[in-house]
Amino acid sequence: MSDTNARIASIVNGNDVVLFMKGTPLFPQCGFSNLAVSILDHCGVAYESVDVLQDMEIRQGIKAYSDWPTIPQLYVKGEFIGGSDIMKEMVEAGELQQLLIDKEVARA
Amino acid sequence: MPMSAHEIEQAITTALPGADVTMTDLAGDNDHWAARVVAPQFAGKTRVQQHKMVYEALGGRMGGVLHALQLTTSAPTS
Repeated sequence: MSDTNARIASIVNGNDVVLFMKGTPLFPQCGFSNLAVSILDHCGVAYESVDVLQDMEIRQGIKAYSDWPTIPQLYVKGEFIGGSDIMKEMVEAGELQQLLIDKEVARA
Repeated sequence: MPMSAHEIEQAITTALPGADVTMTDLAGDNDHWAARVVAPQFAGKTRVQQHKMVYEALGGRMGGVLHALQLTTSAPTS
């Protein structure tokens, strides 16, 4: 496992909910990341965010980590959940809220 | 060069025969697309698996020339 992979694994496994995004929750730098932040805020869940624009290794490494070509990426309890399109579909169906309850994730 | 709606649609239906692809131009700029893909191959797959099948069909262009493709997938309802 490369250093980058190990770093990503420690972030993903060290936080209940992690969003890899472009920018920060206050200042998202991309519409898709903005949507992902809005969805997590709507769910009222506490989460860690990683700004991939500040770290080229993670920006590239995260795509390989889950074999997923785009950012944002959401992880819950170490598991890759999806990008913003999947988050949107899940939240509209009530599935994301249920998943967060099932995984006993702390509220914000 | 951004991919045209037709190219995107063709790449998807070539990889997933029988797929029904609906393209929407989100920004009116021929670059920001939403694709709704309904394909029999999606049956029994998770959303992540379904999206990966479409990304594979687009041959690595997703995240590159295709920065802004909004994707919705589902299996046909019988």
